[in-house]
Amino acid sequence: MENTRLLEMRGIEKYFPGVKALQKVDFSLNSGEIHALMGENGAGKSTLIKVLTGVYGKDAGVIRLDGKEVQIHSPQDAQRLGISTVYQEITLCPNLTVAENMYIGRGNGAITNWKKMNESADRILKRMDIPARATQQLASCSIAVQQMVAIARAVDMECKVLILDEPTSSLDEQEVEKLFGLMRDLKELGVGIIFVTHFLDQVYEVCDKITVLRDGQLVGEYEIKDLPRVKLVAKMLGKEMDDLSDIKGETESYSGEDADEEVFEASKLVSNAGIKPFDFHIRKGEVNGFTGLLGSGRSECVRAIFGADRVLGGKVKMHGKPVKIKGPKQAMKNGIAYLPEDRKIDGIVGDLSVRENIILALQVMKGFFKPFTKAQAYAFADEYIKKLNIKTASADTPVKSLSGGNQQKVILARWLLMHPEYLILDEPTRGIDVGTKIDIQKLVLELASEGMSITFISSETDEMLRTCSRLVVMRDRKVVGELSGDDLTQSMIMSTIAGGE
Amino acid sequence: MNKSLIKKITSNQLFIPIMALLLLAVINLIVDPGFFKVTLRTNNDGNPVLSGSLITILDYGSELAILAIGMTLVTAASGGQDISVGATIAIAGSAMLRVLCGTNPRPDAIQAPIIVAFLVACLVGMLCGAFNGALVSIFKIQPMIATLILFTAGRPIAAWINFNRLPIVPDPKFKYFGGFIPGIPIPTTVFIMLLCVLVIALVLKFTNLGLYTQAVGINEKSARLNGINPTFVKFLAFVILGLCVAVAALIKVSRIATINYNVIAKDIEMDAILAVALGGNALSGGKFNMWASVLGAYVIQALTTTLYKFHISSDALAAYKAVVVILLVFFSAPKVREYVGDFFKKMKAKKKTAQLVAVGDSAAEVISGENEEVEEDN
Amino acid sequence: MDKSKMKGGLFSKVSDTNLLFSITVTIFILMYASAVIFQGGGFRKPQTLFNILSSNAALIITALGLSIVMISGGIDISVGGVVALVTMSCAVYLDYCPGANIWVSMLIAVGIGLAFGIVQGFLVAYFDIQPFIVTLAGMFFARGMTTIVHTKPFNVENEAFRKLKDTRIVIPGAGSYNKHNIYQPAKIEIGVVVALVLVVVLFLVLRYTKLGRSFYAVGGNKQSALMLGINVRRTKFLSHVICGLLAGIAGYVYFLNVGSGSAAHATGMEMNAIASSIIGGTLLTGGVGNIVGTLFGVLSLCTIQNMVASAGLGDAWWTGITIAAMLCIFLLIQSIVIRQKKRALRV
Repeated sequence: MENTRLLEMRGIEKYFPGVKALQKVDFSLNSGEIHALMGENGAGKSTLIKVLTGVYGKDAGVIRLDGKEVQIHSPQDAQRLGISTVYQEITLCPNLTVAENMYIGRGNGAITNWKKMNESADRILKRMDIPARATQQLASCSIAVQQMVAIARAVDMECKVLILDEPTSSLDEQEVEKLFGLMRDLKELGVGIIFVTHFLDQVYEVCDKITVLRDGQLVGEYEIKDLPRVKLVAKMLGKEMDDLSDIKGETESYSGEDADEEVFEASKLVSNAGIKPFDFHIRKGEVNGFTGLLGSGRSECVRAIFGADRVLGGKVKMHGKPVKIKGPKQAMKNGIAYLPEDRKIDGIVGDLSVRENIILALQVMKGFFKPFTKAQAYAFADEYIKKLNIKTASADTPVKSLSGGNQQKVILARWLLMHPEYLILDEPTRGIDVGTKIDIQKLVLELASEGMSITFISSETDEMLRTCSRLVVMRDRKVVGELSGDDLTQSMIMSTIAGGE
Repeated sequence: MNKSLIKKITSNQLFIPIMALLLLAVINLIVDPGFFKVTLRTNNDGNPVLSGSLITILDYGSELAILAIGMTLVTAASGGQDISVGATIAIAGSAMLRVLCGTNPRPDAIQAPIIVAFLVACLVGMLCGAFNGALVSIFKIQPMIATLILFTAGRPIAAWINFNRLPIVPDPKFKYFGGFIPGIPIPTTVFIMLLCVLVIALVLKFTNLGLYTQAVGINEKSARLNGINPTFVKFLAFVILGLCVAVAALIKVSRIATINYNVIAKDIEMDAILAVALGGNALSGGKFNMWASVLGAYVIQALTTTLYKFHISSDALAAYKAVVVILLVFFSAPKVREYVGDFFKKMKAKKKTAQLVAVGDSAAEVISGENEEVEEDN
Repeated sequence: MDKSKMKGGLFSKVSDTNLLFSITVTIFILMYASAVIFQGGGFRKPQTLFNILSSNAALIITALGLSIVMISGGIDISVGGVVALVTMSCAVYLDYCPGANIWVSMLIAVGIGLAFGIVQGFLVAYFDIQPFIVTLAGMFFARGMTTIVHTKPFNVENEAFRKLKDTRIVIPGAGSYNKHNIYQPAKIEIGVVVALVLVVVLFLVLRYTKLGRSFYAVGGNKQSALMLGINVRRTKFLSHVICGLLAGIAGYVYFLNVGSGSAAHATGMEMNAIASSIIGGTLLTGGVGNIVGTLFGVLSLCTIQNMVASAGLGDAWWTGITIAAMLCIFLLIQSIVIRQKKRALRV
């Protein structure tokens, strides 16, 4: 198979008010190649992709497709040129049917032939083994299925360039495998694929080449075989990384005399989010976690503990005394803090300043009629900006203008300010850069050594192995096992998730 | 240095309303300086009162400003507007008259103290607000549509409260609220407005109403996970607007000591919404600046009064107002600012390239190509 | 996956649009049936329905326009004003311009509507100004212009126009016998034909054309629609242009019905149109709605008004209160049904 230069981007620049998002970035893609685009959050991956797909206009630079210079002003232009994209967030219309979502905005016919459309959609769905019907309203499909539909659409467009921008974050392992199979098929057909992901394993599983960006600039383009993991991470961070394997050894575990006290206990807890009733407990200074595949109900469990979903039943005790937790506010009053899974939707209050975001939870606890003075609020904010090393212009900067990792730190600061007894972190490391990931893991262990009880959830099992001393394993929305001590290994977790039979 | 100062000033939320106010002042100064004349004259009741266009603006702008306070909160919390305020003013006003006059539309003396009537009006206003608020916060109906219900039903309900009769309040004291208190030449509405502004300023300072409202308006889910009850915050915003409506109703009814169900506070909701928008507050909710809205209310009233000065009939007034409003909204729209900013940038770039002809042809091509795009957009 | 499908049950199989549409039609049929049963008389004659149609043809047309704008996620509250401006402009043209021609008057009507649609659509779509504010100003402008065009309301005397106005179309077989047992053929006004043709045309447009589906996509999720390769700005622009055009046509149909120009015409029509559209199953959040549903929405609204009137509650305020009550009930039904559906899907 002969690989020809398919796409070439030269000297791409993009400015946002006050930010140089891309500076003289080059990128090239051959046909029949799977090319990973790597970088920390804020490195400019998404911006580069949005320039390529016409969502943003570029401020300088040239894009060549098949050797010819092209102007891409809108997503339609990109589609017409044979560039199709699957984004991390579902970019389909929930009110339309599955088939329509696959075909709308394509082709030149002004009239929709429903019968033909549904038939061909069903054919593709069947071929790709997606459990959905063509005539079903998209909103009635699960998120994973919706993502698969988006992929089906992109694949069906007979594109030359396929961009996959973190498409795997809502897929389970099987679905990821299915996707990889598909990617390999397309590669055989000579399609060039740009693959963006945070999962290193996936990069090394399917990609041929890696381009690394950092701070809006090109670091370099590498053959996959020339760049071992450690080097890749180093390139992304811009510094040689000291070993991140064993941070657990660095910090001591909590050894106060009340170390065995059960801080929180729940029995037969159940919420309206569709989980089976579960039992759970955590000791003082303990770090434990829920593990399981995405959709196994691990987030729903901690949401039930915090009262984020409607609690339907079960008994809850704090320090051995029965308490009632019907909603977030009662949970907070009992010293429970919860950092939600989805930062953008459940976490930040985008237009408010860093300061207001940091004091929000403590302020609510203090009461509606007792606002902090400005001086107090600034003191709190400045303290935590320094403590967590949050990179922001000032405490008055709107939080939405911060990078993902820093936004996450702001939310973390919000809950730490509350000095909770029990802190729940639901995917605190998702979608943020490697440096911040390590910072957060270290912080978790540090806090635990000071006596805070922490529940830590992450999609990356090695993170959990590094931080947790006990793991609750979930499958199909119910607890199927508990691992601790010597059982805490990758393979034990896998086999427990997979089930005994 | 200088540039950043200019940027600081122009990006301030109060910039647009103040500029609009100045512009109106200049226009009036050129056309008819008499606009600014304030005279002391004796009114029908024999009291010395100030009169002139500026006083009219202060007088009528104040009732709008009071409504703008509530409307700002509703806008911020719910991301929508209450279009029923005119109709609920009719309801609250009608209820007030019912208490004052009883069943007899032409009583010799008022049947209940004014304060009782006002409190009843407050209760009615808050009930209307609660109705709207419940639809919006509990049933998750879009505010504009939820308030469409009272918008349609409000005036009929107001008429029904008094059996479609038009009671007249016999007590001359009742006229003080929308007119003048003997001995004080400044319209009473100004004092009522100041009181309302003071109250809301204290509330914003000593409670977390501002923070909660904005948090809910920006990200409801996140606010909930931080222990805020979004349902209640939205509900509260509507109830507060209901209270503002009751105060406005007192002024409106007091002005004529009776009511005209179909005309009272007609189109006032539009003015109140415009006041919020002119204040630079996003009508889609979130962050707000109360004082910009209050100022916006006076700008709207200044515009109305100016147009009257040009002998424009009250019916045709709307057309002129619309043009001004569109211009204001147009030039404050972020998208337009962006285009204008881009345009100036490109102009500069063009000049530079003209000077530096040596720069490669390709660069010039890119720039001219982008210029075309800008012109097209404009 | 399989479990969620089973538990979702019937609810998940029906799309939002179809669900709300069926509710509307069911309620309309129940309402008309109860009117026939309890109030009998008038409602039993097809002519009553035709009368409702005749006097509300303009409302149907404006409601169609609003449905399209609302499906695309926008709103247009200028339509009532545009209707009033059209009546006045056409009236002035027909009576004050020598050699006036009714065809030209129709062009004027369409032109005014299009002008409003284009300007408003342009501001909304290409400058990202909120549609509510733009069309609010549009409403002010139209009402104000109406009085500037001509202050006093007046009846049009133009002969060609009066002839057109008095033209009726006979519906064969739907007539009835009156008290004296004389057969009276059922008649409708021209406007009804225009409205019904528009219903059919727009139904086809929304169901089968790329543009029509784009309206739904943009209303469902603007960002996604953009990523799916739909020209969101143009789609929004066109939704407003179509709404404006329909408002212009509605203005002429209204004009044919009343035969006069007045600034007071069509007061509150935008609210009735929005209400009809909602009752007809359009969600104001966009993306959900049905043209035929809108037709039923208008009919439901008018039927209940007629029922109230024939029940002897002639007082002016009852009309307003019943419309509001009905809107309230439908909004609550929508809210509850959508919520139930979401809940059913989650488990």
